[in-house]
Amino acid sequence: MTQVAIRGLTKVYPGAEAPSVDDLTLDIESGELAALLGPSGCGKTTTMKMIAGLLAPTAGDVAFDGRSVLSDKPENRGVVMVFQNYLLFPYMSVADNIGFGLKMRKVPRDEIARRVAEMLELVRLPDLGARRPRELSGGQQQRVALARALIIRPRVLLLDEPLSNLDAHLRFEMRDLIRGLQQEMGITTIFVTHDQEEAVVLADRIALILDGALKQYDTPEAFYRRPVDVATARFFGGQNFLPGRAEKGVFEGSIGRLALPPGAREGEGTLTFRPENVRAGAAATDENRLSALVKSKIYLGTQTRLRLEVGGAIVEVLANPNDAADVVEGATVPLSLPPAALWMLDGEGKRR
Amino acid sequence: MLGRESAATRSIRVITGAMLVTWLVLPLIPLAIWSFSRSWFFPDLLPSAWSTRAWDYALSDTSQVMDSLGITIVISLGATALSVLAGVPAGRALGLYSFRGKQLVELMILAPTIVPGIAVVLGIHVIFISMGLTNTVAGVILVHLIPTLPYMVLVMAGIFSNFDPDIEDQARSLGATPLKTFWYITLPAIVPGVIVGALFAFLVSWSQYILTLLIGGGRVVTLPLLLFNFATSGRNDVTGAISMIYILPGIVILVLTARHLSGRSGAVGGFGQI
Repeated sequence: MTQVAIRGLTKVYPGAEAPSVDDLTLDIESGELAALLGPSGCGKTTTMKMIAGLLAPTAGDVAFDGRSVLSDKPENRGVVMVFQNYLLFPYMSVADNIGFGLKMRKVPRDEIARRVAEMLELVRLPDLGARRPRELSGGQQQRVALARALIIRPRVLLLDEPLSNLDAHLRFEMRDLIRGLQQEMGITTIFVTHDQEEAVVLADRIALILDGALKQYDTPEAFYRRPVDVATARFFGGQNFLPGRAEKGVFEGSIGRLALPPGAREGEGTLTFRPENVRAGAAATDENRLSALVKSKIYLGTQTRLRLEVGGAIVEVLANPNDAADVVEGATVPLSLPPAALWMLDGEGKRR
Repeated sequence: MLGRESAATRSIRVITGAMLVTWLVLPLIPLAIWSFSRSWFFPDLLPSAWSTRAWDYALSDTSQVMDSLGITIVISLGATALSVLAGVPAGRALGLYSFRGKQLVELMILAPTIVPGIAVVLGIHVIFISMGLTNTVAGVILVHLIPTLPYMVLVMAGIFSNFDPDIEDQARSLGATPLKTFWYITLPAIVPGVIVGALFAFLVSWSQYILTLLIGGGRVVTLPLLLFNFATSGRNDVTGAISMIYILPGIVILVLTARHLSGRSGAVGGFGQI
């Protein structure tokens, strides 16, 4: 069990104008599964390589259990990084790939064989030890890469986009496998991804990095219910941002007067709510009930997307198809915005 | 269309195969016959008298062929070893990284394959005299690097451009020291290229004449120099025998590397630049 502390970590590549990683500070608790989430090119992989010791930071520190590991070479750091494209060693069998870390640690041959067999069992590839990596499917290769990393029981496991290369049906299987093994072995794990869905389904906590800065470090739920600002909400698929003013638990804007949940910030700001958390049509309740003009309706199968106009503002709503069955374009429908679904953000809510 | 071949493709294959044999093997036949002839006069198709006289002479101490063979092997192996030592890192730099002046470096490495060797060596000769490297085996080995290095570097650049250096990081991260990473991960990936490049370097060094003559100053007598002496002195039988000895490495190497030279192999990819 290892607690990871990242302090002011910065990387400026030679010749680059802007830093790839800028003053990142983050604490990952022992045994936690944390995601570094950000758009492509925001320095996520660079951060991983610095934690793994494969890149020297320009400034800052990485400490495990309170001790700086910056002077430890990658092979002695107890960190294993699993790369996005798995990087199995092509000239070795699957079993030799998995046993590589133990061989480097001079573990006796028969013990390596025993632990490799155990590991193959754990990642559910019991009969594939003699195969070559190129004879495996992408999903199997990834499980071998995971087994190769876990067999040495690292203090910290780093995963680069662990689910992005997989088909939809494999993603949940892999997600369960990674989480299951990680929880069972209690290995502090950090993974990076640009896909918020990947971060949400896999992580205990997500660190969102936007424009080179850490925006929010929180549970997946918090990013949907309590985003810190408009950019964060947008990154997680938020679409409704209405400027206005909050006072004594009541929001006032062009959309009307709405009751806010307790704890919402006061003053000038932006009201936001998730399209799927408000109710339109037959499902509308009496909470913050408004009347809206239907601009468009798109049937999506499991949901119906409604674009509504309220008080001059456009509002996106995802409704249950049954509730929206009778809604037609050009008609007026009831819309209720339950206070629990509302949240006040700092700053401008203008569409970019 | 795997496994099937149209009549046209097959006939092209047969024709190119026949041409290859004609160009490579046919010119050697008269040399082989010469080496066993006692007298062979025009317009006879075959010698009127046979003998192993030329071989006896070539293998005797007086002809110096065996001494020459030894020196040639030492020089070619030396030039090959140095080419590998310098060519692998250089190929890695050219194949993996982009840097300022890369095109200039590539041009400089390619230049010896374009510029006549004699033009280069006349300049080097002056420097080698001042360093005491003329008339020495070491000097000849060094000057052979001029034509051998481009082959080595280009082959290795081709190999490394298909090599993902992240795999070395992966090995480090799993606990391998830099040395073990090279031994277990990098080396297996580049060995085919090193073999092909080294064999090319060996053959290029093996066939040097002008560079050896000028830097060796006649004191370092390699096989091509000796061969030329006999060829110009009209001893066709001895020339034939020495030729047979001289082409042996080439044939052995061709047989050994045919598999790697299929054109589909990454090892010869670098030659696209020549």
